[in-house]
Amino acid sequence: MENQVILNSKHFELTIKRLCYQLIENHNDFSNTVLIGLQPRGINVLTRIKEHLELIIQKKVLCGNLDITFYRDDFRRRDIPLIPSATNIDFVIENKRVVILDDVLYTGRTIRSGLDALLAFGRPEDVELLVMIDRRFQRDLPIQADYIGKKVDTLSSERVSVEWREIEGQDKVVLFTPETNG
Amino acid sequence: MDRLSVDHLTGIKELTKNDIEIIFKTADAFKEVINRPIKKVPSLRDITIANLFFENSTRTRLSFELAEKRLSADVVNFSAASSSVKKGETLIDTVNNILSMKVDMVVMRHASPGAAKFLAERIDAKVINAGDGTHEHPTQALLDAFSIRERLGKVEGKKVVIVGDILHSRVALSNIYCLQKLGAEVMVCGPTTLIPKYIHELGVKVEHDLAKALEWCDVANMLRIQLERQDIKYFPSIREYAMQYGLTKEILDNLSKKIVVMHPGPINRGVEITSEVADSDQAIILNQVENGVAVRMAVIYLLASKINRD
Repeated sequence: MENQVILNSKHFELTIKRLCYQLIENHNDFSNTVLIGLQPRGINVLTRIKEHLELIIQKKVLCGNLDITFYRDDFRRRDIPLIPSATNIDFVIENKRVVILDDVLYTGRTIRSGLDALLAFGRPEDVELLVMIDRRFQRDLPIQADYIGKKVDTLSSERVSVEWREIEGQDKVVLFTPETNG
Repeated sequence: MDRLSVDHLTGIKELTKNDIEIIFKTADAFKEVINRPIKKVPSLRDITIANLFFENSTRTRLSFELAEKRLSADVVNFSAASSSVKKGETLIDTVNNILSMKVDMVVMRHASPGAAKFLAERIDAKVINAGDGTHEHPTQALLDAFSIRERLGKVEGKKVVIVGDILHSRVALSNIYCLQKLGAEVMVCGPTTLIPKYIHELGVKVEHDLAKALEWCDVANMLRIQLERQDIKYFPSIREYAMQYGLTKEILDNLSKKIVVMHPGPINRGVEITSEVADSDQAIILNQVENGVAVRMAVIYLLASKINRD
């Protein structure tokens, strides 16, 4: 596998800040908005966005973690069953404006499951999607993001990994390309 | 490993420690689900489950049925009282008839020990044992251990005494296997006639004095006296049993520490446990019932993930 850094730590930081300001543009003081991170890797996006956002607007933003394991459409189609992560939404989202956060938007199937899972907590006023990376051209479903860190054009054989300083030691986005023979 | 090592849940004896931990981790998530405003997930919407109860049951059947419905499975119920079993049909014939209606999973309670294993070896569907005679009742043991873990933080290193009719209890045997696999110490306590002769070979302590047993333990699991399984008299009278082995508030208050009290239900108030104890904050009986649904959802979900879609 060859790898290529498509977002280094400096640009990573700038991207997060830009996403925060884009959110503020649409949600003002966040008094009726909740941020929902999708387990597992969307939680990292949520944590970082929340941290920056609260510094900028100087108030707490209501946040939750959502696990979509039981709503997936590939149950019994995988070799290894999916063990769920924690869902942590201790509020009702009825009539709230919801922003779903995830790291990579690829086929759109995770987001579809997320929308389904979200309905167990009420009927939101509207739902938006924020992703760090949008792998456009490979969508299986008609789903698009409202806030995008970076768009990348990739092949399905490639892999995109969003890495975090808290976990991998450095903020960066890496594109892995399989080596071709000849 | 995130995969169960078994294809059916016939008994705790067949499970590994890792299997039990996977079930608990999954049950944690389902416990959160059943406390949501909408308590249902769509995971099993293409699965059909038959609940075959050849023996009477209220809470286990209800608990399984709720677990199945909250996973969005289609459910069919069968009870022996209203079936062709009474007309002389064999177990395999009954089950095969049901399976030809395209059932993916069978939850079975049967009076014969080993019935679940017998079925699992002979049919295509996944089998969950909901109690087979005096042999095992695996989901009860799992929910008991899950409840101990929830109350005390972990099961490992805890001391659990099982009090009462050990001889006729499938709950006792499954509990012994489950608790030992998770690293707990187990003691059984009851009248000599109700303790199996070779039980020490399972590595459990035996005590006949209730007060001593309670002083030793962190958790006391008070079993029901199963009069329906006792074909001869094992003790002089219910009243005498209650005096010797009934758990009262007075006994609890005289202990040097606060222990956790469990009961698999149905409770005979005033026999194995007084009302005062059953309703006290030391008793986690209703938590056990709630956890039962979450644990059964986890078991069904994990076994269903092994059903081949083709």
